Amino acid sequence: MTCDHLVIVGASLAGLRGAEAARQAGFAGRLTLIGDEPHRPYDRPPLSKQVLTGSVAPAATALPNLVPLAAEWHLGSGAAALDRGERVVTLQDGRRIAYDRLLIATGARPRPWPDAAQGRLAGVHTLRGREDAAALRAALAEKPARVLVIGGGFIGCEVAAACRDLGLPVTLVETGPTVLAGVLGTYLGAVVGALHEARGVDLIFDAKVEALEDDGTGRVVRARLADGRAIETDCVVVALGAVRNTEWLTGSGLAFDEGGVDCDPEGYVVDAEGRPDKAIAAAGDVARFPHPLYDGRRVALEHWGHAAAQGAHAARLLTGHGAGPYDEVPAFWSSQGGVTIKSVGLTEGADSLVIAQGDPKTGRFLALYGRAGRCIAAVSFDSVRWLPAYAEMVAVRAPFPPIRGGVDQGRLSEMAPGLAQRDET
Amino acid sequence: MSDATLFEQVKDEANRADPYPLFARLRETPVALQSDGTYVASTHAAITSLLHDPRVSSETLPPADRPKTGNPLSDWIVKPIRDRITDAHRPFIFRDPPDHDTLRKAVMHEFTNARVQALRARSHTLVDEILTKHAGSTEFDVVDDLAYPLPVTIICEMLGVPTEDEPRFHGWATQLATALEPDTLADTEARAENSRTFETISDYMTGLIKEKRRTPKDDMLSGLAGGGVPGVPRMGDYDLIATSILMLVAGHETTVNLIANATLALMRNPEELASLRRDPGRAPRLIEEVQRYDPPVQFRTRRALADIAIAGTTIPEGADIILLLASGNRDPAVFTDPDRFDPDRGGIRHLGFGGGLHYCVGAPLARFEAEAALTALAQRLDHPRLADDPPPYRPGSALRGPKHLRLAIDGIRPS
Repeated sequence: MTCDHLVIVGASLAGLRGAEAARQAGFAGRLTLIGDEPHRPYDRPPLSKQVLTGSVAPAATALPNLVPLAAEWHLGSGAAALDRGERVVTLQDGRRIAYDRLLIATGARPRPWPDAAQGRLAGVHTLRGREDAAALRAALAEKPARVLVIGGGFIGCEVAAACRDLGLPVTLVETGPTVLAGVLGTYLGAVVGALHEARGVDLIFDAKVEALEDDGTGRVVRARLADGRAIETDCVVVALGAVRNTEWLTGSGLAFDEGGVDCDPEGYVVDAEGRPDKAIAAAGDVARFPHPLYDGRRVALEHWGHAAAQGAHAARLLTGHGAGPYDEVPAFWSSQGGVTIKSVGLTEGADSLVIAQGDPKTGRFLALYGRAGRCIAAVSFDSVRWLPAYAEMVAVRAPFPPIRGGVDQGRLSEMAPGLAQRDET
Repeated sequence: MSDATLFEQVKDEANRADPYPLFARLRETPVALQSDGTYVASTHAAITSLLHDPRVSSETLPPADRPKTGNPLSDWIVKPIRDRITDAHRPFIFRDPPDHDTLRKAVMHEFTNARVQALRARSHTLVDEILTKHAGSTEFDVVDDLAYPLPVTIICEMLGVPTEDEPRFHGWATQLATALEPDTLADTEARAENSRTFETISDYMTGLIKEKRRTPKDDMLSGLAGGGVPGVPRMGDYDLIATSILMLVAGHETTVNLIANATLALMRNPEELASLRRDPGRAPRLIEEVQRYDPPVQFRTRRALADIAIAGTTIPEGADIILLLASGNRDPAVFTDPDRFDPDRGGIRHLGFGGGLHYCVGAPLARFEAEAALTALAQRLDHPRLADDPPPYRPGSALRGPKHLRLAIDGIRPS
């Protein structure tokens, strides 16, 4: 069967780039985009950076539309159910949309504060969408006495950095021993922590916020830590990671959970028995797929470039303009406290780390992660121009460490990256 | 196996006007060992890979070796000290991180948006003045009359070098730019000449920097001399001198060729000249295509710090590597119909400004200066014809461009 009608559920980066790629590849059929937010696609990276400091307005984050789409847009009412037998998506407002091919790009949302009532207190924020950013920006502009950031991942670190840019007192509480321990490991996590500490962020590690307390009127005034300590705060940002928007797939027969919808190497979604449905592909944060570079380990990546690339890949796949496994080398960037961190590959499961270029003491360096004698990831701090060389090495799984005798290279002492070891089963 | 003398032929002045067929033959072996022991990288992929490779060093200059004077005190005490200082404070185009990064960061910090915008406006004024001065002419040498004076004035004003001193630099800059030519580096006498020129220009800059420290102005030298970039240690005097000389030479020797090469391309493609006249908005894409099709900097030299396995060969530690940027720009694997001048080809990934760590610092200046020059030439030259095709070229093969580009014209229209 040919594809006369491509329906894309999710009107953010992956969905938009998918739509553009389909048109660019010559797809001339009907194209429909469904989004739960009332907005045309917009860009999220500035929401945790320039939007918070006020240098970019929340509404000024629209993604440029690079290709004429001639699409039908259904915005403001997301998908509620999928019937694969009938090939119909039902929206939250009850509308039913039939498809020939379906691209699932519903993304993720912030993991909510575990106590829903506390999470609803005035002054408690999460950050994902444009409205979230506008609300947090407004709160920060009111000059809160102290901002509390719960969680030391990328969003938590970027928010804390933005608070310091604004001169606001900020405390960051993290359950692990350093910030970014899950992604970068404790060695580099400590480097980033030192950066934020030097900029005046009050960092509390190995600690857990147990409760958010209000003043009796529904406004947060305090956070209580598990060890009994209290932090007076009037603005809390809950940054505990993301959960994938997959609930609407209940009853569809597809394999999914809050970690994503499962795909085969090409990007087709699979059912509970692992059989691909060749009418449906997934892309972006929501897609969990076996990555060929990482022994087929199933990953769901939350990277900007990945959403764009996989969205395009999936749309070409569905419209018959491309095939083959998706194998882009993962890459992401973050800017916080004036430092640009950029990485290629995946650090997960790394058993070794070397500083390959530069020196963490100077703030400009490149760290390389190895696993079982192969390069698996490289992370640059203010030295992005070295990164392409290491991206090549990650892509070919070069022996670790791959380069000796290079420019600005120290002794390449192998260190423990401080990452949790991957389960071998 | 390709001919191991191909790069020798590239350097031969007989091939200066059109080295591109030689590049096509070089690309048959992406990284080709030449009879003199250098390795020439000529495909887009190989050049890009080496531009980012940490085993590839830019510290290619031979140790400083000032000519002896015959005076024992100078030759045995002063000379070794000064040679060592020169070696330790090379311009950052010839240096590796971490020093390169610190120096470059300080310079980038001086490229403020306000300064760039002011110089952009200034370029248009200068071009108008120059053309108006030649209003009655029936001949116009694009190189001598426009392509040279424009960038030189701009770089002097940006740095804060008195324009009236410029005639003295003309010779110095041309001489020092030969440091990019492989044959100069191999020639003891040429190196000695460079060394003497460097002394002279250093003495001049030392005086100028002192003056900037005494009475700072709103120019780049004052900014660099004053320091004050957060997170960057103040540049020492020797580095400051080397950096300012680098900027001065780079400002003299590259944009001149860009403007001349671009004009030549327009004269050879009259439909492009006509469409630029109708639509000055086409200038940016024209300039990017010139940077691909006929770039001012044809190649750069690097050195392997370790054995590098690439494209089926191994560049041994210590070998000199030629990154033939202008050949990567004609690589059919990346560019469709690469030998055609086509400003409308989309998504150009040219190597005209280099790439990686040493990507051209002055690229924004080059772009707006060329834009000012080309749009005005297209608008104001009445019926321009090439007097010589090909034009005579200057000697350099690394920095390559016409010595003169004489146009016969019916006149110059008022602006």
